[in-house]
Amino acid sequence: MIRDLGLHLALIAVLFVLGLTLPDYHQGNMARILVLATYAVGYNVLFGYTGLLSLGHAMFFAAGMYGLGLVMQHGGWSPVPAFIAGLVSAALLSVIVAVLALRTVGVAFMIVTLMFSQSAFLTILYFGTWTRGDEGFVIPQAARQVAGLDLTDPVTRYMAALALFSVALLLVLWLVRRQEGAVLIGIRENEERTRMLGYNVLSHKILAVVMSGTLSGAAGAGYALLFGYVGATFASVQYSIFPLLWVLLGGAGTTIGPLVGAVFMFYLIDYSSGLTNAYMLIAGVVLVLLTLFARAGIMGEVRKRWAPWLP
Amino acid sequence: MVVGAVPRLLPGVVGFAEEICITLQAWSFGAATRLRFQTLTGNDPGMEFGPHLLLAVLEGAVGAAVLALTALGLSLVFGVMRVVNVAHGEFYMLGAVVAWFVASVIAGHPALGFVAALVIAPLAAAVVAMVADRLVLKPVAYDPEATIVGTIGILYILQQAALMWFGPEARPVEPPFNHRIALPWYDWAAGEWFYPWGLSTTSYKLFVIAAAVVILLAFWAVLTRSRIGLIMRATQLDRETALAFGIPVGRVYSLVFGLGAGLAALAAVLIVPIQQAHYLMGGDPLLLSFIVVIIGGLGSVRGTVVAALLIGMSDGIISVFLSPTLSKILATLLVALVLVFRPQGLFGTRAA
Repeated sequence: MIRDLGLHLALIAVLFVLGLTLPDYHQGNMARILVLATYAVGYNVLFGYTGLLSLGHAMFFAAGMYGLGLVMQHGGWSPVPAFIAGLVSAALLSVIVAVLALRTVGVAFMIVTLMFSQSAFLTILYFGTWTRGDEGFVIPQAARQVAGLDLTDPVTRYMAALALFSVALLLVLWLVRRQEGAVLIGIRENEERTRMLGYNVLSHKILAVVMSGTLSGAAGAGYALLFGYVGATFASVQYSIFPLLWVLLGGAGTTIGPLVGAVFMFYLIDYSSGLTNAYMLIAGVVLVLLTLFARAGIMGEVRKRWAPWLP
Repeated sequence: MVVGAVPRLLPGVVGFAEEICITLQAWSFGAATRLRFQTLTGNDPGMEFGPHLLLAVLEGAVGAAVLALTALGLSLVFGVMRVVNVAHGEFYMLGAVVAWFVASVIAGHPALGFVAALVIAPLAAAVVAMVADRLVLKPVAYDPEATIVGTIGILYILQQAALMWFGPEARPVEPPFNHRIALPWYDWAAGEWFYPWGLSTTSYKLFVIAAAVVILLAFWAVLTRSRIGLIMRATQLDRETALAFGIPVGRVYSLVFGLGAGLAALAAVLIVPIQQAHYLMGGDPLLLSFIVVIIGGLGSVRGTVVAALLIGMSDGIISVFLSPTLSKILATLLVALVLVFRPQGLFGTRAA
C-alpha cells in the first residue's frame, strides 16, 4: 500500500517538475495530454478493471464539455459552478446509460454504447443554434479565471491539468485497493463466479459505468475550461476510439497505463501529422499491432515481467 | 459525420431537380433523396402530397436496394464467423474508389468502365478482406473483443490509405446509361393523367433496384442450393461439428469474410454513379447496416433483407416530414432500445 502510494506520488512529483522545466511547446502538449489522460483513466475504470468495452465514451466527455460550456456561454456562469454542472451532466447521463446498456452483454453492449453516443453527437448537431455544431464555440479568455488564477497562463494551465489528473489517478488507486475494486476485477475475470460468491454484479457494474462516465466528463469539462474550445468533434466516434487506443497501448487495468498510452499516442500522432495528413493511419496500425502482439499493453507487459505488484 | 452539412448545402442546390442527383459531398444512402426531395419542396411548393410520396418511395427504394446488399455482407460475416466487422463500411468505400479508378483508366463508352468495375471492385475488396482475415482475425482466433479492436484498426488503415492515394476530394463516376423517365400522376379534379413537374426518375436508378434484386436472389440461391452454401450454413450452425466432418473451417471463414466485403463493394459500385466516391463515405453505410442487422436479427438473412427494405424506405419517407438529423437521432435511439429490450431483433430468433 505504501509502495503503491509512493509510486503514484513520485509520478505526480515528476510531472510537477516537468511542468516547470519543459520547453513551451512540450509544456503545452503535456497539459493537453494530462487532460486526455484523465479521460483515459476514466475509460480504464470500465474497460480495464471491469472488462466492459464501451464504444461510446465520447458522449460522457462531451456531456462534461457541453455541461460546462453551455452554462458559461449562455448562462454566464463562473468556472467553478460550471465545472460542477459539467460533472453533474456527465454523471446523470452515465446513470441513464448504465441502467439501459447494462441490460446487454458483450458485442451488444459495445453497439448499444456506440448508438447512444451517436445519438448524442447528432443531438449536438441538431441543436446547432446553441452548440454551434461542428464549428463549436470559444470560451473567452476573460471568463477562464478562477480565484485570481488565470487558466490561460501556460504554467497555471499545466498545473490545473495536473491537479485534475492527480485527483483521477489517486481516486482510481483508492478504488482498486478497496473491496469494490476487487469485485470489479472479479467481474472482469469471471462474472458468474463473482455472482456465486454473493456479490451484486449489477450494482458494481453501475458503479463502474457512473464512475467511468463522470471521470470522462470531468476531463471533458476540464478540456473546455483549460483550452477554451467546445466542439462537436469531441463527441464523434473518433473520440470514443481514442481512449480505447490509449488504454490498450498503455496497459488496460493498470493505474498508470492510461497516461503512458496517451503520451505515446499523442506524440506519435503529433510527429506523423507533420509527415502526412493521413495521420490516423498510425492509430489504425497501432490498434492492429496491439491486437496481434501486445494485448496487455506497455504497463501490462511491465507488470507481467518485472513488477507483479503494480496496481 | 457530415450530417450537419446537408441542410447547409440545400439553398445552393436549387434547380437540381432535373439533373441526376449529384451530391456535393460523398454522402450515402438517403441523403441524395433528401437533397433532391427538399430541393423539390423548396422549388415547387405547389406539388401535391401524392407525387411527393411516390418520389420519396422511388428514391427510398434505391437506398433500400443498396442497403440490403451492404447489410447482407455484415450479417453474413456475423452469422458465420461471429465477428462484428467494424471495417465493413471501408470495404464499401473501397468498392467505390476502385470503381472510380477502373472507370477513369478504361477509355471509351462509360458502360465499359462500369462493367469492368462491377467485376474488379468486389474482387479487389474481397482480396483485401481475405488478407486482413489471415493477418489479423485468424491470429487472434476470432475472439470477439480482439476482432472488434482489430477491425477498428483495419477501418482506419483502409480509410487513411484511401486518403493518401485517392485524396480528400469526392470524385464522380459516369453512369453507363441515364435516361430521364417522367412519371404520370392522376389528377382527380381534372379526371386525367398528367406529368407533374419534377416527378421523374432515371433508367439507371431503376437498373440499380433491379440489379440488387437479381444479386439478392442469386445470393439466396447459392446459400440454399449449392454445396458451398451448405458448407457455409454448416459452419454457421456448429463450427466444431463442421470441423469434425472435414470442412476446412479456416478457409470457409476467409471466403465468408471476402464475400461479405465483396457484397459491400458491389453495392458501392452500383451507387457510385449517383453519389460519388469519397474516402469518408464508409461511415454511414456502416451505421445503417448495423441498424438493419440489429432490427433484422443478428445473423438472420431473411430478417436482414426485410429490415433493409423497412429502414431504407422509411429513411427516404420519414425525412420528408422530419429534419434528416432528427430522423437519424430517433432511428439510432430506437435501434439502441431495440437492442436493449429485444436483443434477438424484431424478426430474429437467436440472442446476440
